[in-house]
Amino acid sequence: MEEQPNLDYFNQIANGEEAIINTLISILKSEFPEQLENYNQSISASNFKETAEAVHKLKHKIGLLGLEKGYHLAHEFEQNLRNHNFQNQKEFEDVLKNITNFIPKL
Amino acid sequence: MIKCIIIDDEKLAREVLSIFILKSEKLVLVEQFSNAIDAIKYLNANKVDLIFLDIHMPNFSGFDFVQTIKNPPKVILVTTDKNFALDAFNYNCITDYLVKPIVEERFNRAVKRVGIKKEQPIGELKAGDLTTKEIYVNIDKRLIKIEISTINFIQANGDYILIKTEGSNYTVHTTLKKIEDKLPKSIFLKIHRSYIINVNKIIDIQDSTVLIGKDLIPVSKNNRPILMESINLL
Repeated sequence: MEEQPNLDYFNQIANGEEAIINTLISILKSEFPEQLENYNQSISASNFKETAEAVHKLKHKIGLLGLEKGYHLAHEFEQNLRNHNFQNQKEFEDVLKNITNFIPKL
Repeated sequence: MIKCIIIDDEKLAREVLSIFILKSEKLVLVEQFSNAIDAIKYLNANKVDLIFLDIHMPNFSGFDFVQTIKNPPKVILVTTDKNFALDAFNYNCITDYLVKPIVEERFNRAVKRVGIKKEQPIGELKAGDLTTKEIYVNIDKRLIKIEISTINFIQANGDYILIKTEGSNYTVHTTLKKIEDKLPKSIFLKIHRSYIINVNKIIDIQDSTVLIGKDLIPVSKNNRPILMESINLL
């Protein structure tokens, strides 16, 4: 079964305090779309270096949302991009879609 | 209290760190920055004890930052890539590194280490410190810059030394002792009365020789234990 994004990490570091969790969610909601847009622009331009940078930034968000497999996949994809290779692109983009669907529910 | 700042271009990463800092009884967060340039300006006018520093920032990496500031306070690197963190041990001021997403227990351990690792007294940084990136040598009345990290080894040759780098050889009228004093001691090791080597360039070690590039460098019996101590032996 495909792993699902979750807020376990946010809950854990905030000790369940709602105000802190809401702040984290609010930043996630504003920052993720910007980083996603950067990624989409870089990959559309087939710019390996910039795409790798964009994936690097998104990797942290993927980790924060508890997507362990997604995190490792992002790491591999980033390394592939640094070697001028688009391998794992589709799998990585599936992870991004998963997060994109998750965020509006928060 | 330990006065600290955060430098990270990601807002969410800064927020996570600030939560951990707020929870800590030892730390007080005085400022946070989304880029290294603003942090440098701040540090020119303000003193802090500790920096949480993201390695991977656009245009100006965490390592660039550490090399730029003159008397860096203690630094805990923050990264999503462990491979970058290995370079951290080339800098005296870096006490630890944290891999994102940061685990709280690991964060607390890193903060604890700040108090343990010996502080570099301000104003006592010398040319041989690890933050120094290059050395200038006098050849034919010209001062030629050599990137320290590119030096493979240095060989004494009468009144001269031969500096062998990745791409060039330089013959300089000086002594091995003088250049030894100018180089970072944790990277450059005297393994023979006529040789100082860059331990990062070692390809292999046999009983009485070290292979660097295509050169076999002799290791004296007395210096072999120091060499073995300096490498990460399995």
